Amino acid sequence: MYRIIERRMIVPNLHEFIVEAPEVAKSIKPGNFVIVRPDETGERVPLSVADWNSEAGTVTCIFMQVGASTAKLARLKPGGEIPTFAGPLGRETEIQNFGTVLCIGGCYGIGSVFPIARALKEAGNTIYTILEARSTYLLYWQEMFKPISERVIEITRDGTSGYKGHLTRLPEILAMEKIRPDRIIVNGCTFQMMKVSQVTKEMAIKTIVNMNPIMIDGTGMCGVCRLTVAGKTKFACVDGPDFDGHEVDWVEFLNRRLTYNPEEVYPLHKSGCASHY
Amino acid sequence: MAKQIDYKRRHMPKQEPFERVKNFDEVALGYTEELAREEAGRCLSCKKPLCREGCPVGINIPAFIECIVAGDFAAGIKKIKETNALPAVCGRVCPQEEQCELQCILGKKGGSVSIGRLERFLADWEAAHGKTETPVMAALNGMKIAIVGSGPAGITVANDLALLGYAVTIFEALHEAGGVLTYGIPEFRLPKAIVKREVQYVKSLGVKLYLDYIVGKTRTIDSILLEFDAVFVGAGAGLPWFMGIPGENLNGVYSANEYLTRCNLMKGYRFPAYDTPIKRPARVVVFGGGNVAMDSARTALRLGADESHIVYRRSKEELPARAEEAENAEEEGVIFDYLTLPMRLIGDERGWLTEIECIKMELGELDASGRRSPIAVKGSEFRMKADAVIVAIGNSPNPLIPMSTPGLAVGKKGNIEAEEETGKTSRERIWAGGDVVTGAATVISAMGAGRRAAKSMHAALSWSK
Repeated sequence: MYRIIERRMIVPNLHEFIVEAPEVAKSIKPGNFVIVRPDETGERVPLSVADWNSEAGTVTCIFMQVGASTAKLARLKPGGEIPTFAGPLGRETEIQNFGTVLCIGGCYGIGSVFPIARALKEAGNTIYTILEARSTYLLYWQEMFKPISERVIEITRDGTSGYKGHLTRLPEILAMEKIRPDRIIVNGCTFQMMKVSQVTKEMAIKTIVNMNPIMIDGTGMCGVCRLTVAGKTKFACVDGPDFDGHEVDWVEFLNRRLTYNPEEVYPLHKSGCASHY
Repeated sequence: MAKQIDYKRRHMPKQEPFERVKNFDEVALGYTEELAREEAGRCLSCKKPLCREGCPVGINIPAFIECIVAGDFAAGIKKIKETNALPAVCGRVCPQEEQCELQCILGKKGGSVSIGRLERFLADWEAAHGKTETPVMAALNGMKIAIVGSGPAGITVANDLALLGYAVTIFEALHEAGGVLTYGIPEFRLPKAIVKREVQYVKSLGVKLYLDYIVGKTRTIDSILLEFDAVFVGAGAGLPWFMGIPGENLNGVYSANEYLTRCNLMKGYRFPAYDTPIKRPARVVVFGGGNVAMDSARTALRLGADESHIVYRRSKEELPARAEEAENAEEEGVIFDYLTLPMRLIGDERGWLTEIECIKMELGELDASGRRSPIAVKGSEFRMKADAVIVAIGNSPNPLIPMSTPGLAVGKKGNIEAEEETGKTSRERIWAGGDVVTGAATVISAMGAGRRAAKSMHAALSWSK
């Protein structure tokens, strides 16, 4: 069993949780993910790693509450235990001195892009960070990015902080901020990664996305996480999760992610008002 | 007076097909004591028992059959366990008709002794009578063995080396032990309670088991070798093959591994009591003709499919599945489309599978595998409707260990290279066996490889001491 050190809602519906998992913490690299099971009837949920402490033996993840198993994770309290915390899985993000790197985070990806930005900074890169959300109250961890970034830029759909609008404004924003990235890293929701890849393709800037398909084992055994990259089928769990965003078949990927949408929502209906009276 | 030869195999009671397609309970019910003793009584006790030579782990078959005849079931199971740690599993899933029973003298007249059913009977008798005897174990010799994977190969090595006095630790990547016995073979063919019991037995020998521990990721083999004297890799064939035809990434197309893992390991058939969902489509089509294909097609029926098809490019004679399993599938209403090859999968605008385009085949000359090779019949393309396709055409070994172990020689198909007789790999102190070496094969052949590797490891380590 793995002990929960901390679990708190960091912004609405996004949770930060810190788990004691010394063996996993020892081997993590930026870009890895873990498979988590909340209890014995739970699903195996893949979660990107947001931070870790090898000495203390702890791992931090940021996750969004979506289905039955993440709802269970969201109810965990410090001192509680979960049966599965397996990893680290996936290939690590390529870390080299590329020059100037723009790190973009949205949703849980603000958390998972953080260790990548930190490692890239340590490798000698100049780092710019863009955090995107629907509204200012959904942004977090700005303070953690500041020491490693030249600038932390915010984009909100409602304009409550930073630039107003979407990441589709990226070319314009980069021009205004006078940033010329040699490489862009995006961690976040599928739609966001797709949109960024579309605009950066036109700008011819290499863009690495951290894919987030449905998974079961996370070790290459089931193939549910397959996607098409440069015309070839890849397994996100063992060949990725990082891929070149310009080569991903996004339409197919978005379709595949929706496979179990009705089932994901189903258990939540059963926890409605009627069951509490 | 010479013994009257009885060629009539005693039938093993089964759940009726119309009943069993509605539940996930075991299909075969096993012999009663009376039936077991009658069946055992047919054995001729040959002076030179060929059956034993047909067993990959060399079980003393005539000896345990003799115990059944005498009604001493406790002695019978003890005999089996001298060489086989998983009798309840082997009695159920071994292809006995190609091994021990193939060699049986009575088989020449079509009535070989039902060795597998008798093995199963003894294992179940022991479980029902609650007393599992632990065999005599050697004193701890101070040496430590790490085993990667808790499937049939790993469990066999753990059993053999624990008995010889080694401190054994198994590292399992998933959250349940058993490997393919747990995630792959369905409940109705191999109840998970039985797998748990067999794993518990090996643990009772002092074997340590770490779950959710992914060797190659959580920790590399080289790091493990700093702490252990030797490693056995039995990581299985866990990388599913697809056909490589257009449309295979449509929604509704599953690898058999995904489909069966959702159902068996994750208990998707009990959704929403369990969180992992599984689809319950009306028209399911399975590609492939092996046991995994049969398991998938039969699972689909139990999940409520109106039609469950097996699409296989050769004919019934070439089906690689066990005859018994194909027969069970047929009884349950699985539709077999022989001499048919899928060419492409067709979907709707939302990316969901709707149809399969196939082509008819005919059998030509014998090929390298000794089977007549299928050839497409020109102009015979046709379409069939499908809500789900399950691809069950095989697996190659999981790449995580070869990828993370420098110097470990790997074959063309990603399999770890190991000597057949010993399981020795290209690296010192690393042995391997089972599907990770051979590609997907049978439970018993993995156990045989485990047995040979354990022997070789013991020889090498006692020499080094």
